[in-house]
Amino acid sequence: MAHNHMNLKLKVWRQKNANASGAFVKYDVNDISDEMSFLEMLDVLNEKLITTGEEPIAFDHDCREGICGMCSLYIDGKPHGPWQANTTCQLHMRAFKDGDTITIEPWRSNAFPIVKDLTVDRGAFDRIIQAGGYVSVNTGNAVDGNSLPINKDDADASFAAAMCIGCGACVAACKNSSAMLFLSAKVSHLAQLPQGEPERKSRVLNMVAQMDKEGFGSCTNTGACEAACPKEISIANIARLNKEYLRAGLTQE
Amino acid sequence: MLNSKIPAGNLDDKWVDYKGHCKLVNPANKRKMEVIVVGTGLAGASAAASLGELGYKVKAFCFQDSPRRAHSIAAQGGINAAKNYQNDGDSVFRLFYDTIKGGDYRAREANVHRLAEVSGNIIDQCVAQGVPFAREYGGLLSNRSFGGTQVQRTFYAAGQTGQQLLIGAYQALERQVALGNVTMYARHEMLDVVKIDGKAKGIIARNLITGELEKHFGYAVLLCTGGYGNVFYLSTNAMGSNVSATWKAHKQGAYFANPCFTQIHPTCIPVSGDHQSKLTLMSESLRNDGRIWVPKAKGDTRKPNEIPEEERDYYLERRYPAFGNLVPRDVASRAAKERCDAGYGVGTSKQAVYLDYAAAIERYGKIEASKQGLHNASKEEIIVMGKEVVKEKYGNLFDMYSKITGENPYEVPMRIYPAVHYTMGGLWVDYELQTNVPGLYALGEANFSDHGANRLGASALMQGLADGYFVIPYTLGNNLADEIYNAPIPTSHPAFEAAEKEVAERIATLKNINGKQSVESFHKRLGKIIWNECGMSRNEAGLKKAIADIQALKKEFWSDVRIPGEINEYNPELDKANRVADFIELGELMCVDALNRNESCGGHFREEYQTPDGEALRDDENYMYVAAWETTGEHQWQLHKEELKYEVIKPSQRNYK
Repeated sequence: MAHNHMNLKLKVWRQKNANASGAFVKYDVNDISDEMSFLEMLDVLNEKLITTGEEPIAFDHDCREGICGMCSLYIDGKPHGPWQANTTCQLHMRAFKDGDTITIEPWRSNAFPIVKDLTVDRGAFDRIIQAGGYVSVNTGNAVDGNSLPINKDDADASFAAAMCIGCGACVAACKNSSAMLFLSAKVSHLAQLPQGEPERKSRVLNMVAQMDKEGFGSCTNTGACEAACPKEISIANIARLNKEYLRAGLTQE
Repeated sequence: MLNSKIPAGNLDDKWVDYKGHCKLVNPANKRKMEVIVVGTGLAGASAAASLGELGYKVKAFCFQDSPRRAHSIAAQGGINAAKNYQNDGDSVFRLFYDTIKGGDYRAREANVHRLAEVSGNIIDQCVAQGVPFAREYGGLLSNRSFGGTQVQRTFYAAGQTGQQLLIGAYQALERQVALGNVTMYARHEMLDVVKIDGKAKGIIARNLITGELEKHFGYAVLLCTGGYGNVFYLSTNAMGSNVSATWKAHKQGAYFANPCFTQIHPTCIPVSGDHQSKLTLMSESLRNDGRIWVPKAKGDTRKPNEIPEEERDYYLERRYPAFGNLVPRDVASRAAKERCDAGYGVGTSKQAVYLDYAAAIERYGKIEASKQGLHNASKEEIIVMGKEVVKEKYGNLFDMYSKITGENPYEVPMRIYPAVHYTMGGLWVDYELQTNVPGLYALGEANFSDHGANRLGASALMQGLADGYFVIPYTLGNNLADEIYNAPIPTSHPAFEAAEKEVAERIATLKNINGKQSVESFHKRLGKIIWNECGMSRNEAGLKKAIADIQALKKEFWSDVRIPGEINEYNPELDKANRVADFIELGELMCVDALNRNESCGGHFREEYQTPDGEALRDDENYMYVAAWETTGEHQWQLHKEELKYEVIKPSQRNYK
């Protein structure tokens, strides 16, 4: 199989640390195989930078198979780049063609401060989970797994929401930097299971309060989050979140 | 001889008796006791959460930006449990037996039996946490088959079982963070274990954002830091997965057991070029329905769909009719290598075999047509329906394959090849999961204990969660009960100061080499040596050569590596340099261990020791032991043996025919 090779121009956001001011820097990368992943293309550039005595570009990545949620990157104006339902680590260079200029930025949101270059701090997501994104059950308390049948459709719907990888693409895509899709995925995961029922009200109220505290913006139902989500988490979850929130607020003791 | 502290009594009663008699720490004392947990995968997150629930003051560390990202998240297929929900003859004994046999009789009976005993509790716990396992229409949990077994005992959540289990454990962990029982240190990497009077009493960690070193005290240190598959450079592990925590422990005196027992997973996407940074696994669950084959003719260049049925060699079904495509991983991997080495490989590299879904699509299509009462459905209609069923079962895996390769696996067979996936070896631990260094524990993949020379599919998740949820809460208390008389040690203690200084000096040395070659280039070279000489098959001459090559590579690394950036800042290249330096040393020990073990067993295949039909030939008389290595100097190790005593199971040659 003959592979296509291409020469590309990159415009990459470089920023020394959280306090420094950043700027775009241009790089040429040549002889890139279309079989490479996008991050492997950046690896090639970084190897070159290291050997020429420059600092490599910092970016988050780990599993490189689209599940850990660590990779990010705002590529040509889209979180995780041009492919639908995809993470940056699974984006392959056949998505681009010889001579292209590719612009690479970090996630942009006040709630995700920049650590360095393309790396941001997404600790706010962990704190939202800490506010109630769990079932309060200590180890050892459980009854037999089959003692409580769960309607298959409910279990499947819960799973579809639980697939969220916490990458933050939804926040990056949103013009208001809202974290509603992330939060709604967790609320939907647990609200559709009987195990989540006892804490259903307090969970949604506390998680929304924490989200507001972290400085995320409001949701205006534009749907950019859903379009950018690598796991295709549905915006219907936001509708469910609003329903859960309203219900909890109205019936609060 | 090593004392594994296996309780006396019948195998069935050991764990029950242990739990009934182990020492306890009262709640008021637990509140005063700090415990360090390094790593937040299934073992670490479940341990940190459970110990926090019990009232211990837990400090948890992970190098990722969030504990939810640990590599357990990438496990696809499922988790085993002896529930016998399918009424197909499963039991605690059978899970125990399958695991011992699957491990080629190199695992410890008592540990494996305990694992099987608690397996059911894990499923219950996860369901209670809201883990959305796959269910049947009646609302009950669904099961599927995995390699090396003849029952359906694998619980799953589509192809994302690891993710769902880890999110469950992560949420339990975050709940304890919110309650103030656990303090989480993300983007921190452990760089040494601090020992005082022979006991582990804390760690030196590096804040990866600022580069600062931190001293942390703990009454016990739990290493839940996963396996060392990245020693091969190309593996299915995450890029950050590393051996450093367990290797530092090894350098502090902890024995490293069976390092040459590594698992090569049969179904991964083949290597496509030199640029490749990692390999991607295609879940073993695909072997449930997919059929593996190569052309019967050597060097056949026809497209797979042009090769008629009678000219295909379904070599696993041919060689192992009883288990067929579901033989254990080591067996399936070697069989693939055998075919490719003999010239029957497919694809451009000829280092691949086909995993074909055409038969499954047709079979499912027919079932679906019959369900819908369409008795005269055309072949095209059947295939459309069959594809839908396959999509529901394996859709995310097929999508992943097509993203990486650009091919459509619903239309053409997938090309697969074995890749490094899991490491059975790890720190030596006793029945209580404690290493030979008091106060230092290893859980999950980081220890060596449960999988012998080969791990069965869907058993890694089981072991990680067993260790964290159901074993360590008991065994840690048994040891900490004696520690309540000892006051916490301030980190101004000279031992902490000395350890911190040593770590700082090592980092400065690395940084100041200022050579010409990148960390990555050394890692790649190390990986090639290990893959070629200590990979799917090994021999004496190759291993000896590898040891010499690795020693030379180590010298070159420490004189010519180049690390850009500064020490006191976020510097991923420096993090990586620390890890690769440790991988190089581990690589040598792997070869030393493989050279010492003059037999073939499980994933360790020495070409000199095989049966006439190419199966692994064990030497139970001379090698039925755990090889636990103590470091005694540069390039020097002392072997300690733990004899394996089989009281219940009688070892025999594994037979999957």
